[in-house]
Amino acid sequence: MSAEPSRAFHPSSYLHGGYTLASWLTTRDHKRIALLYMISITGFFFLGGAAASIIRLELLTPNGDLVDAQTYNELFTAHGVIMVWFFLIPSIPATLGNFLIPLMIGAREVAFPRLNLASWYIYTLGGIFVLITLLAGGVDTGWTFYTPFSTLFSRSNVVLAVCGVFIVGFSSILTGLNFIVTVHRLRAPGMTWFKLPLFVWANYATSAILVLATPILAMTLLLIAFERITHIGIFDPALGGDPLLFQHLFWFYSHPAVYIMVLPAMGVASEIIPCFARKPVFGYRTMAYAILGIAMIGFLVWGHHMFVSGQSMYASVVFSLLSFLVAIPSAIKVFNWTATLYKGSISFSSPMLYALGFVGLFTIGGLTGLFLAATALDVHLTDTYFVIAHFHYIMVGGTVMAYLGGLHFWWPKIVGRSYPETWARIAAVTIFVGFNLTFFPQYLLGVLGMPRRYHTYAPEYQLLNEFSSTGAGILAVGYLLPLAYLIWAMLRGKHAEANPWGATGLEWQTPSPPPQENFEEIPTDVPEPYAYRAVES
Amino acid sequence: MTSRAESVLHSASSLGRTVDALFLSLLGITGVVAIAVATLIVFFAVRYRAGSKADRSNPPVRARWIEICWTVTPLAIFIGLFVWSSLVFSDFYRPPADAMRIHVLARQWMWKLEHDNGRREINELHVPAGQPVELIMTSQDVIHSFFVPAFRVKQDVLPGRYTSLWFTATRAGRFNLFCAEYCGTDHSNMHGSVVVMQPADFAAWLAATPGDQDLASRGFEIYRRAGCSGCHEATSTVHAPSLVGLFGRTVQLSGGGSLVADDNYIRDSILLPDKHVAAGFAPVMPSYQGQLDEEDIRALIAYIASQRSAQ
Repeated sequence: MSAEPSRAFHPSSYLHGGYTLASWLTTRDHKRIALLYMISITGFFFLGGAAASIIRLELLTPNGDLVDAQTYNELFTAHGVIMVWFFLIPSIPATLGNFLIPLMIGAREVAFPRLNLASWYIYTLGGIFVLITLLAGGVDTGWTFYTPFSTLFSRSNVVLAVCGVFIVGFSSILTGLNFIVTVHRLRAPGMTWFKLPLFVWANYATSAILVLATPILAMTLLLIAFERITHIGIFDPALGGDPLLFQHLFWFYSHPAVYIMVLPAMGVASEIIPCFARKPVFGYRTMAYAILGIAMIGFLVWGHHMFVSGQSMYASVVFSLLSFLVAIPSAIKVFNWTATLYKGSISFSSPMLYALGFVGLFTIGGLTGLFLAATALDVHLTDTYFVIAHFHYIMVGGTVMAYLGGLHFWWPKIVGRSYPETWARIAAVTIFVGFNLTFFPQYLLGVLGMPRRYHTYAPEYQLLNEFSSTGAGILAVGYLLPLAYLIWAMLRGKHAEANPWGATGLEWQTPSPPPQENFEEIPTDVPEPYAYRAVES
Repeated sequence: MTSRAESVLHSASSLGRTVDALFLSLLGITGVVAIAVATLIVFFAVRYRAGSKADRSNPPVRARWIEICWTVTPLAIFIGLFVWSSLVFSDFYRPPADAMRIHVLARQWMWKLEHDNGRREINELHVPAGQPVELIMTSQDVIHSFFVPAFRVKQDVLPGRYTSLWFTATRAGRFNLFCAEYCGTDHSNMHGSVVVMQPADFAAWLAATPGDQDLASRGFEIYRRAGCSGCHEATSTVHAPSLVGLFGRTVQLSGGGSLVADDNYIRDSILLPDKHVAAGFAPVMPSYQGQLDEEDIRALIAYIASQRSAQ
């Protein structure tokens, strides 16, 4: 490549392979499909965010004075269902993963391009079901669909909502399958397993969880619909069923799902931090093994959601031990990211701000998870705002921060143009401040015993709720900023170079935006991962 | 408002003190780790910022000993925390033998409580300070959860079975009672209070307006009316196990195995008699599902429990 093409769009850029809507809706290019996903999940993110905004407004005062109780319950259910299944689970894998995995391993495509497009259509179909559910009056079970409330007592659109989640699960399974085969079969010559970027490792492990866990969710959701429609007892004791069976099945999927959401975020942080510290990631192999360890132990901890459910004490104790153990590889990752900074040459471009924010917030979220792994403390804290704060630190402080960090890091690659760095830094700081103001008070609310899913609350909780709602306002502004300037950058930004950050991955060895076939020639000289050298001083 | 917040922070049960000790220790440990990580990140970020003159010779890319160190140290701490927490947790499952039993029936969206002397309450539970109290709980509809933050206790309340929870309140006062498991439209209105009284005050309160009948006498009436006595009395011609001294005893089951005859066993025997058949008896008992409601079953159990050493 001469210097010239990096100044203007490569003539065969994937963005230029047809401008019609049809050319996008029938594309088999993983990069275009990534953008289709990006548009869809952004829509759902702001829809789920709108529900959260109304919730936080309602909670400004102890009384129910904005919406009624039923509407409130439908709002937090919509928020949970949309954010978990229509934003967080597809977020990093289906957008950044789809776009980058083939580029990072030196491939021209994913293994099954048509299946990849089918995944997006299935996702969209599931999304339509959820939108119909909302238009039909919503669903009020909470995203956890606990039985027997969901099967025989709720009078809302449970079957419709369950169908939407059931359908979107297939898009998860197909995406996971596609990535697993892609990583196994399509690596460039010389791209050995221990040369893979950690982002690929993370998405690979995530894919395994998607393929193994999602079918359990699908079966469980079918059983809900089945009991609701036929009144044959599965979960309702009045019909001879067992309500705890549902919780076991649900969390057997939904706890690993937490790692579906956070492992790819760890992968993003592991790309950004070495690049802006100009140093190889500390303990690369340990980092890869930690990812696999989290994915495996993550399947064995579901019962920690059920310490007060009535499950056997001995089961709870075993789940507690395993929950402490799953924290070890997470701790290792935090220590290794920190050690990566040591003797680096650190610059603070916006992706790095997001990545460092991710490490800090993930650490707090992880450490507070220990309180919930400890049976005797979980009894008091479970089902309170402490849990809400904990998993928002992981899901929002962790995953959303990393997703935004990744968008900023790879945006020049994806759209071939750069965004205004000052605005990006302002947004990163705004989000960090708004996030902490929103969710830190919720830890305190939980310790003081405020239960979650409360439309009205005791007056002694008001002050902390006011802090939280104020933070949510700041956070909302923080999220709208990137929406504005990233779109602006896509249309008007300065043309980006092939490798604006001086990064090492194969994705930076091709023009920005990449050509349709990713590489003019498949790279054969694969360097060691993260071959950064700190600037000598 | 601060006084109420303080009243939650200052635990009001015997378990609460041990829970709070664990909480504060974990807060200390995690606080140190969080501050250490944050300090290191900020320190490195400043010291090794691009262009600084810090020494960057021999940057480490891996160091086996330090990685082992920061794997094994948290592991050891976690095992310690796990053991401590499990010991405290096991206390939640060991109500003192002399605990006063109070019966809880949850439904959308209220708490109905009944004392052994037949006194009933709704959304308010009076208990004496200093005496262990065991709640025997079930739900009439969906899953609820009995949560008293000041006592550090919480237990889901399920339909179709009993769950239990115990505490010893350590000081008089009025404490929030919440439903902590989402249970439908008015979930957040399903709250009340636990009123802890001095034992003498409580005794006076309990005696002031007892129910028409105490629970066990009501149970005895049902025992005769529903026909239980026809088979289970010693004089009966039907071969059925005697219920005297049953409660709390170990029962051998036909087909092997044994279990302790607790509330759930008796409940199951009434509603699902084929589930656990006592050894040496034929499975001839009919189910009373649909004929007895939760309050009848509760009374029957109280009657059977009262027959511990009678006769």
